[in-house]
Amino acid sequence: MIRLALLLLALASPARAEEIVLGLSRDQVAITATFDGSDILIFGAVHREAPPPVNADPLEVVVTVAGPSETAVVHRKERRAGIWVNTDPVTIKGAPTFYAVATTGPLDDVLGITEDLRLAISTSRAIRAAGNRAFETADHVAALVRIREAQGVYRLQEGAVDLDRETLFRTALALPADLVAGNYTTRIFLTRGGKVINSYETVIGVRKVGIERWMFDFAQERAPLYGLLSLVLAIAAGWAASAAFAGWRR
Amino acid sequence: MQLYLPIAEVSVNIFLILGLGGLVGVLSGMFGVGGGFLITPLLFLAGIPPAVAVATSTNQIVASSFSALLGHLRRRTVDIAMGSVLLAGGLMGSALGIVVFNWLKARGQVDLLVELSYVIFLGTVGAMMFVESLNALIKSRRPGARPKRRKHYWVHALPLKMKFRVSGLYISAIPPLLVGLSVGVLAAIMGVGGGFVMVPAMIYLLGMPTKVVIGTSLFQIIFVTGFTTMLHAVTNQTVDIALALLLIAGGVIGAQFGTRIGARMKAEQLRILLALLVLAVCGQLALGLVLEPSELYEIQPVTAQ
Repeated sequence: MIRLALLLLALASPARAEEIVLGLSRDQVAITATFDGSDILIFGAVHREAPPPVNADPLEVVVTVAGPSETAVVHRKERRAGIWVNTDPVTIKGAPTFYAVATTGPLDDVLGITEDLRLAISTSRAIRAAGNRAFETADHVAALVRIREAQGVYRLQEGAVDLDRETLFRTALALPADLVAGNYTTRIFLTRGGKVINSYETVIGVRKVGIERWMFDFAQERAPLYGLLSLVLAIAAGWAASAAFAGWRR
Repeated sequence: MQLYLPIAEVSVNIFLILGLGGLVGVLSGMFGVGGGFLITPLLFLAGIPPAVAVATSTNQIVASSFSALLGHLRRRTVDIAMGSVLLAGGLMGSALGIVVFNWLKARGQVDLLVELSYVIFLGTVGAMMFVESLNALIKSRRPGARPKRRKHYWVHALPLKMKFRVSGLYISAIPPLLVGLSVGVLAAIMGVGGGFVMVPAMIYLLGMPTKVVIGTSLFQIIFVTGFTTMLHAVTNQTVDIALALLLIAGGVIGAQFGTRIGARMKAEQLRILLALLVLAVCGQLALGLVLEPSELYEIQPVTAQ
């Protein structure tokens, strides 16, 4: 229904020549006790009224998925009197817990610098856009991106988006097992010659369900009781093991 | 087999965590140390966020210590009178330690101070114990060697004398109270139960027999870590019950084995092993401070928005 409405909207606005019509294999991810990652297929079509412009730059697609943000403090280690100490702490606001960029080609080719500045698409631009002054934090932001890329939670997947006859595109996104619950903002950009000609934004909801949800809420909302329960369980388990082994002496 | 942990928000291998819990449980039962200084870094390696690892390991230590304590109670190697005096000092020390910790935090560089005091403390304690127990071991091998007479220090001249029947001591309550106090301060600052400091202090400062020391240390650790678990659960909500239960399942079984291994070994052998363990942890920390890290930057998450 919504998709139909979007389609009608697209038809009704002649100013835009090429528009995204998007589909997701799923827009909800449920984290259960046995959750160990999830694959999401992001696919769509480019809707046109007229045939694609002749002699124009080729059409490219950029997809970004951003997890919930957090504030992080990044320290730099320095040697003082032979010992490595943390110095120079910089607070970085709005660092996403997960950030993936998938493109049809090398990011520098498909996306111009000014467009990246304006729309905060590449990982470091997205972090800087959250209100971090570039001059003072550049090294620290670069370090944050480098460390998280090594952890696999920040990704740049150039060429991971398949584009068929400048109309149908698709990419598979593997969400890791250590996924933070929250809203995952998904953005799709169409570009020609580095310029963004159309964009689309949607949200993939990642939620804990069942016992995971229950335990998390319990720990948050009734913390003293939760603490007591964890102690009671610990003591009971200690006693049970001791009782079970009581027959086996020396 | 994987399990997603609700508080830690990571997926872990069940058997890996069970194994970690078991390993630390064995050490706990053998030496009377809670194992906090060991399990926390191991959990970091398994990918658990530091805040959750610290808080949850205290909960696990309660379980494994309790399991091991019951084993010691059955063998009558717990000096409850001594344990209570140490605990009283320990709780006062914890309160004092939290004040000191916050004061240091306000001045910055608290991490460095914690690591440095770890290295200095572990290094001194470990080296002292190693030399002493090695000497004792060599002496015990030599036939005809005379058993060492119990020495009398200034410690024995203090007032407020108490009978500690299980330890076979008749000393003032002030030294154990002071030992408990200083361990409590250290424990609060360094974020551990303090067993690895308490055990050598009881052996060398109070002159307690090694076999009694372990049970008595466990007795006092249960209360300190129980208190810490509650603090973490209420203030930070970082205790992960699912993770704790896995660690506990491994830990309580390991602790039972540890108690039995400990009971079969000579006191000097136990001390020398604990000394080596303490020195190993110390060396690892010292290397981390001195060697150039491969990544010069470090991320500390503050809050989820």
